[in-house]
Amino acid sequence: MIEVANLTKRFAGRTAISNVSFEVKRGEIVGLLGPNGAGKSTTMRILACYLPASSGMVHVAGLDVFRDSVEVRRRIGYMPENNPLHPDMRVREYLKFRARLKGLRRRTSRERVDTVMEQCGLTEVGKRIIGQLSKGFRQRVGLADALVHEPELLILDEPTIGLDPNQIRAVRQLIKGLANSHTVLVSTHILPEAEMTCNRFVLLYEGRIQAADTPDGLQRLMSGHSQVIAEIAAPQADLEECWMQMGEIEHFDISPAQGDYFRCALTPRDGLDLRPLIFELARSRGWILRELTRNRHSLEDIFVQLTKPESEEE
Amino acid sequence: MRAYWTLTWRELGAYFLSLTGYIIIAASLFLTGLSFIDLLDRLRGEAMPAPLTEIYFNTWWFPMIVVLATPVITMRLFAQEKFSGTFETLMTTPVSDLQVVLAKFSAALVFYIVLWLPLVGCVLLVRHYSNDQSAFDSGIMGSTFLGIILLGGLLVSLGCCASALTRSQVAAAMMGLAFGFSVLLLGFLADKTATHASWQAQVLACFAIFEQMRDFARGMVDTQAVVLMVSLTLFFLFVNLRIIESRRWK
Repeated sequence: MIEVANLTKRFAGRTAISNVSFEVKRGEIVGLLGPNGAGKSTTMRILACYLPASSGMVHVAGLDVFRDSVEVRRRIGYMPENNPLHPDMRVREYLKFRARLKGLRRRTSRERVDTVMEQCGLTEVGKRIIGQLSKGFRQRVGLADALVHEPELLILDEPTIGLDPNQIRAVRQLIKGLANSHTVLVSTHILPEAEMTCNRFVLLYEGRIQAADTPDGLQRLMSGHSQVIAEIAAPQADLEECWMQMGEIEHFDISPAQGDYFRCALTPRDGLDLRPLIFELARSRGWILRELTRNRHSLEDIFVQLTKPESEEE
Repeated sequence: MRAYWTLTWRELGAYFLSLTGYIIIAASLFLTGLSFIDLLDRLRGEAMPAPLTEIYFNTWWFPMIVVLATPVITMRLFAQEKFSGTFETLMTTPVSDLQVVLAKFSAALVFYIVLWLPLVGCVLLVRHYSNDQSAFDSGIMGSTFLGIILLGGLLVSLGCCASALTRSQVAAAMMGLAFGFSVLLLGFLADKTATHASWQAQVLACFAIFEQMRDFARGMVDTQAVVLMVSLTLFFLFVNLRIIESRRWK
């Protein structure tokens, strides 16, 4: 659905994004992540045909965003950051205006407005003036606007920014509900939200892609840093000898735990999953195994790790 | 075409649904009212053979209303959208830049025409109370309005350009005012150099747009003036289009 290759955008004296390439397949929900100023909004603006790219190729549904701009815009539902709306219009009137602007016929626009208002929970506030609505409702109006012409691709720039937890949950449910019929590219820096909504992430940092993978793929990417924790009742010397002999373990640390148990923190070599090996070992030696866990990285850990300034890493 | 009409309606709606729209209408009604009093004063003096509209044109009110009203009408067109961010949502819908420029221009021009409708009422009042049927000549009224629309079109297109250049409505209004006054001053300059036979004076005379309005108020439609004003309007609309397109220049 989206193909971006070597995309670069320079503003006067500053490179906002540099050599960015990624793909989004039809029906996917992809999270565009990154700290502020990473280039998320610029990427989305280029995809939505608002800004031209300085160089590189951007295709949406096989069409070039620069040459076939109007056709691409017909297929995109775009909700910019901060969700700008006309505060003087009524909800229904605004959505109808937007539907007509997006080329829907009078009758179709009426039907579509009814549908998206119901889909976004706006039916009760249809006659209210947008300027007087709460932020949560305004956000839903923005989403309804992006959806009104049944676009193939939805580009949502920080759709949950400034919302309370209940509203965030509602918007998240809405986006998840769109997964079957739409392709969604959503930018956010609220990571638990992205973790719950997206099938795949593209992580931008200082205008470059740091990682682009599925949540599991990112876990694998980070697994070099992940440890396995095993609490075993066995003599400490036996444990030490075992871990030293196992070639799969790069580093280990043993500390006494409650009772006869020792808590072993084992760092694998090459991102291996040590858990089956440890289980086998405990079984063959007749050790009692009380706990066996692998530290899974949250998206937050991955994010922090990948977007850490170089000086800090050193 | 659908997008054009939708946008034009929306822009017109924004004028008639907002307080600003009514403030502009009230202010221009006030000025038209004052000018009407001035007109009545002049009529009370010696009999004048000139049509009512020409007498009106000879007052200071006409250029003042045009020069003051047009930048206030046009200042919000692009600047407000850019400031509030709705310009981004507008330009990411499948509408062409030309449709956007034309729709905004048309809406502003229609609103400008509405501002001038009370003038018809003023002239009808004079006819009613003076019992002089010739006070309202539909031909002269038509040509006066044609002149008002042509001049308004030019200044509205200039105002649109000003609004497209900035995010600040105040800056847009200031630029619009400066453009309007420049056009007015060109007329004065042409008046001063009217006796010269140099080519510079002749060129200046061509651009004395407010002066050319006098013919329209007399009931004369001068094609030279029509062509000049229409071409200048089209030129500034083209400039406006290029300003809007410039965001997509690499």
